[in-house]
Amino acid sequence: MMLMDWYRNDKAAVWLMAAIVITVTLLPLGNLVFPADSPLRVTAYSISLIGKYLCYALLGLSLDLVWGYCGILALGQSAFFALGGYAMGMYLMRQIGSRGVYGNPELPDFMVFLNWQELPWYWFGFNQFWFALLMIVLVPGLLAFVFGWLAFRSRVTGVYLSIITQALTYALLLAFFRNEMGFGGNNGLTDFKDILGFNVHSDGVRASLLMVTGLILIAAFLASRSVINSKLGRVVTAIRDQEMRVRFIGYRVELFKLWIFVFAAVLAGIAGALYVPQVGIINPSEFSPLNSLEIVIWVAIGGRGTLYGGIIGAILVNYAKTLLTGWLPEIWLFFLGAAFIVVTVFLPDGLIGLLQRLPKRIPIRKVKAGAA
Amino acid sequence: MIAIAPKPGEVDASHGPILYLESVSVSFDGFKALNNLSLYIDEGELRCLIGPNGAGKTTLMDVITGKTKPDTGSVFFGQTIDLLKLDEPAIAKAGIGRKFQKPTVFENLTVFENLELALATDKNVWRTLFAKLSGEQRDSIDKVLMVIGLSDHRHQIAGALSHGQKQWLEIGMLLMQEPKVMLVDEPVAGMTHQEIERTAQLLLSLQGERSVIVVEHDMEFVRSIAKRVTVLHEGSVLTEGTMDEVQNDPRVIQVYLGD
Repeated sequence: MMLMDWYRNDKAAVWLMAAIVITVTLLPLGNLVFPADSPLRVTAYSISLIGKYLCYALLGLSLDLVWGYCGILALGQSAFFALGGYAMGMYLMRQIGSRGVYGNPELPDFMVFLNWQELPWYWFGFNQFWFALLMIVLVPGLLAFVFGWLAFRSRVTGVYLSIITQALTYALLLAFFRNEMGFGGNNGLTDFKDILGFNVHSDGVRASLLMVTGLILIAAFLASRSVINSKLGRVVTAIRDQEMRVRFIGYRVELFKLWIFVFAAVLAGIAGALYVPQVGIINPSEFSPLNSLEIVIWVAIGGRGTLYGGIIGAILVNYAKTLLTGWLPEIWLFFLGAAFIVVTVFLPDGLIGLLQRLPKRIPIRKVKAGAA
Repeated sequence: MIAIAPKPGEVDASHGPILYLESVSVSFDGFKALNNLSLYIDEGELRCLIGPNGAGKTTLMDVITGKTKPDTGSVFFGQTIDLLKLDEPAIAKAGIGRKFQKPTVFENLTVFENLELALATDKNVWRTLFAKLSGEQRDSIDKVLMVIGLSDHRHQIAGALSHGQKQWLEIGMLLMQEPKVMLVDEPVAGMTHQEIERTAQLLLSLQGERSVIVVEHDMEFVRSIAKRVTVLHEGSVLTEGTMDEVQNDPRVIQVYLGD
């Protein structure tokens, strides 16, 4: 009964979650059950690819919360994604143990290469999975908290905020490039072996990671949905539309912005952590300011302020990217730019907005036909 | 006489006025928007502020609500609350509500939700996240919906309301805040005659219970509600009195008609 009511109230949400569940169950089955020469066999490559799309979907969802609902055009969302990714990467590096090229049981290969004698203090604890999980949430959350507190308290808004978020991610990009930082410099963290003692390259682990990613995406979607449907969600929407008014009714606008910004940063961090074991590498290029701009395009194309928009936009754009960079790599950026312009000019509510307008037209025709 | 000391943070209007502005000056790039202005508003009073464009009416409201900090002068809410030390949300919480010149409601939320957000309650972030409307709170929203005549539009998106209805909704949001002082900037702009009459009745019904400061250009409207009128000119108070006194003041006539 409850499910039926729910379906009637929010069909799109139920369809979306059903689609995710079916994807993350059928694909791994297709990979694990069918033999390698079967036409129904889903390759390990496809599994990781879909897993990657779902991580991007979670990242898109996180930006939609800040940009679509609160009107903060944050152009540094990939910084939180990368930090979550690095936290997971550090755990995976520690899992390698003495199986590195240099066979050092204490130090990751890149540290041996740099002639480091001991593990830096900030690597302590990352041999424990629970500690890594904690850091995946805490590090992006804390950075967002400090950054957001300073920016929102000083009432930095609009394009100025966008610029400093770009600066934030660019600063991190430069910092992580440096070998002295102790995060593998240019090459980042890679050559992972195990996760929780299981081989990351095995079909079973790939399939499990895809499932976990799908389930976490659903959980994040439901959590975001209940935040948006709460009174806090309405305050946040009100801030987007009339910030001054919200202040004059007695809400501390900066704290509401901060809450949603930190929440979104944590989601982005989790997305990054799920991304790294499936892709097999994390390097400073994930901090690239361009990545953050791309997330904005996903959300714009999907439809901002909808929650589905961020998810669907991320998946579609990245699928298009996979196809196009395969066929005609040089036109990808032109395509992306053109898609962004077309959507901004003709579909301000994105693809979701287009879909929402369609069903309304059909009943009108029916009524006309009935009258005639 | 036994004086009952008010609790800290509570408004103490025991000496009559609830709002004190003394020698307030504000300048923007050398232009004196307010020039040594002093103004006292009594508890429960309905006061009208008039004055030609640029007289400083909106700046005055900005100063009271914390949007603009004055260069000099002091602004007190009751005997004890120094408004210059508070920011906008704190001033709103202390009990000063404001309606803007241009109606500003949350256009993407429904009429009901607009009132719900304005409701006087704990506006802390976490409390807001887990907030549930109590029966009592629903009743008070329903009551305000009746007062502002939007009961039938409760589930309508505020952006779809007429200009006059938006003005009413914003007044309704002010009522939800249960402020001690209401600053109302041009409440009848864009309203029909009937709507203006109802607005006048509403504002008149509030006096005694709350202090209301109305800024308005519509002289007929001001005449219909005002007991005391303050005329601002070039950032300071030109004169104060009943509508008749003010209208017959040669300085006021000169300011309005020019020389």
